[in-house]
Amino acid sequence: MLNSLRILHHQGKQYIPNLTTAEAAGIFRGRPIISSANVDNDQLIALCPTHAISQSPIQIDLGRCTFCGECTITFPDKIQFTKDYKLSSNDRNRLIVYEGMDAPITLDANKIRKEIQHLFHGSLKLRQVSAGGDNSCEWELNASGNVNFDIGRFGIEFVASPRHADGIVITGPITQNMAEPLQRCYDAVPNPKMIVLAGIDAISGGIFEGSKALDRSFIDKYPIDLFIPGNPVHPLTFINGIIQLIGIQS
Amino acid sequence: MHAITIKNYERIVFASIPTLPYEQFVPVILEELMVNDACHCINYFGYPHDGKIQLICCIANDNEHTIHVTSTITMHGATFPSLTAHRLSFHFFEREIHEQFGIQFTDHPWLKPVRYAYNRADEQQTIANYPFYSIDSEELHEVGVGPIHAGIIEPGHFRFLCNGEQILHLEIQLGYQHRGMEQLFLDKTMLLQRATLAENIAGDTVIGHASTFARTWESLCDTMATPSLQFERALALEHERIAIHTGDLSAMCTDLAYQLGSSVFGRLRTPIINYFQEWAGNRFAKGLIRPGKTNFPFSPSLSKRWHEVIDAFEPDFIEMYDTLSDLPSALSRMEKTGIVNRETASTIGMVGMAARASGLKRDIRSSHPEGWTNITHQPIIKKHGDVFSRVQIRKEEVLQSIGYIKQILEYLPDTNDPILEMQNPKPNSFVIGLTEGWRGEICHCAITDETGNLQLYKIKDPSVHNWLALALSVRNNEISDFPICNKSFDLSYCGNDL
Ligand code: SF4
Repeated sequence: MLNSLRILHHQGKQYIPNLTTAEAAGIFRGRPIISSANVDNDQLIALCPTHAISQSPIQIDLGRCTFCGECTITFPDKIQFTKDYKLSSNDRNRLIVYEGMDAPITLDANKIRKEIQHLFHGSLKLRQVSAGGDNSCEWELNASGNVNFDIGRFGIEFVASPRHADGIVITGPITQNMAEPLQRCYDAVPNPKMIVLAGIDAISGGIFEGSKALDRSFIDKYPIDLFIPGNPVHPLTFINGIIQLIGIQS
Repeated sequence: MHAITIKNYERIVFASIPTLPYEQFVPVILEELMVNDACHCINYFGYPHDGKIQLICCIANDNEHTIHVTSTITMHGATFPSLTAHRLSFHFFEREIHEQFGIQFTDHPWLKPVRYAYNRADEQQTIANYPFYSIDSEELHEVGVGPIHAGIIEPGHFRFLCNGEQILHLEIQLGYQHRGMEQLFLDKTMLLQRATLAENIAGDTVIGHASTFARTWESLCDTMATPSLQFERALALEHERIAIHTGDLSAMCTDLAYQLGSSVFGRLRTPIINYFQEWAGNRFAKGLIRPGKTNFPFSPSLSKRWHEVIDAFEPDFIEMYDTLSDLPSALSRMEKTGIVNRETASTIGMVGMAARASGLKRDIRSSHPEGWTNITHQPIIKKHGDVFSRVQIRKEEVLQSIGYIKQILEYLPDTNDPILEMQNPKPNSFVIGLTEGWRGEICHCAITDETGNLQLYKIKDPSVHNWLALALSVRNNEISDFPICNKSFDLSYCGNDL
């Protein structure tokens, strides 16, 4: 008992008071800014491992970008990454950052289904499905609930049974072998329900794009409520995306 | 010559690997190469070329710090007696060869699929109709768990045969995570794509797999990593060990329903992985390890920062651990739970931290240290092989790794080394690379053709050796102790499924 109290005393307060304004540690690579500097565009496009960069004008698709930093190291005048971790949107097109753009990535309020904010605003239960995830996104979703990030403060929680859930969070590029379990899990969630794609593997297939071992037909079948970029998703990116979707401002 | 003897990360001419008739291949492996307990199979796989399949077997001799490689040539669908009938530790490799090429091993006791790869030989076998072992009895019942589990973890199916609350048998079926990794290494030809693939083999072992790839690739290209690159990789490997071991202690406390330990170890992991973000911009160090270069050179200020992080971490970590290991209610859940004894560990070919917790000395840092550091490593060995041994060894390895990084930092080489000019891979080459990741022995093999193109990239995560250990450890335990047993091994699903 005394030991436990001493530990509590030594730990002090560990939670991050404001999750929408907290600064990401170190040299976190978040939302990029692309300048109008003239560089060898072909070389820039060719160096990206996941074909996230394309041209006319130069643009980066955050649904594909691994945030490896190779482009900014090779062309620092052209591309810089900010520490802005608010990267999520419900509109796939809003994940694309164009040359000359320096505005926050946002959700399209008109596209959020009415029942999502109405029903899940005060309490949201999510079922996570790893479908070929490499266990880094999974660790980060777990970290979202730890004492530092404490997503539970918003009434948001991961649950064991799809029957208790209001939606699913998919990580990984969706393997053939997980296609059926994923479908069955989704079917077991009662209506109304939402689908969140966490990490670039889920959003675009990431580095696994084109593999014959994948079956991504699930995500073509249903509307996606939220795309959360990252490799893996940072807990601050995840939490901010979800609370924006359900209409919690802070 | 029956086998060629090489060192870890040594490049050899592929044709210098002897090929023996299968009747000779088996006794050479069993009687000449595996002479004692220090010899174990680090990889055994099929390489399809010229319409045939070459089975390549790599046996490490830990005492002599060497690797013996031999091979035999066969065809799709051939039939042979198995190695597994003599040494159980071959069971996984022969199952994989069977699944990929339809080769039958007649006296293999358990010739079941390992991952249902998309390019398997028999497409009639599907993951939905796996042939589970079952017992017809009125007293027994079966419990099926997964593929999707209660927490936020990777998928896999566990099938228990129970007598009341007691587990008689557990069968673990994997493959749900199969992403076609080895084929992607051949299909994606840019070096940065391959480095990215390597750090996604198992996202909890980014440094382990990415540095094994980088070293393997550098050897293929006859390029020697600069001292500062080697230093950074060794530092990062030990730092990854600290991060995951700490996170695992948190997860194990969760499974014990010990809230304080769960919260404190969980939050202690945060500054450790944030340090990777300070160094390389990613909490899992994705982007840090690249063949022949680094985008994030180490610096004296990062060294100072590391000391600050650890100086704050260490006393809290020790205080929390001491409290946990003094708690009778926690100890009663961990002691004598999930035991794997030394004999079993050796028989089934366990590796890494879990093997050492069972008294088996398996540690690449001491047996094949090429590419690690010049520190003389003394593996930490436990005796009991229970959950508590696997808890103790994590704590001791965390402190050991802290000590190693302190030593490494004292000899900080000049990090302004010029970037290496990477050559192209040499033609007709074979390289095998071993790294002791936090779970254990990671093994990658690469083969190039006459133009230097990659023809095979074979990946082995340490988990493939240890999944059977988990299945055996829970026998005669209460089914309610399964979660803590599972977590105490913390094996990789995607590392197995690839
Ligand atoms: S940081 Fe993103 S856009 Fe830049 S090279 Fe890496 S993956 Fe491509």
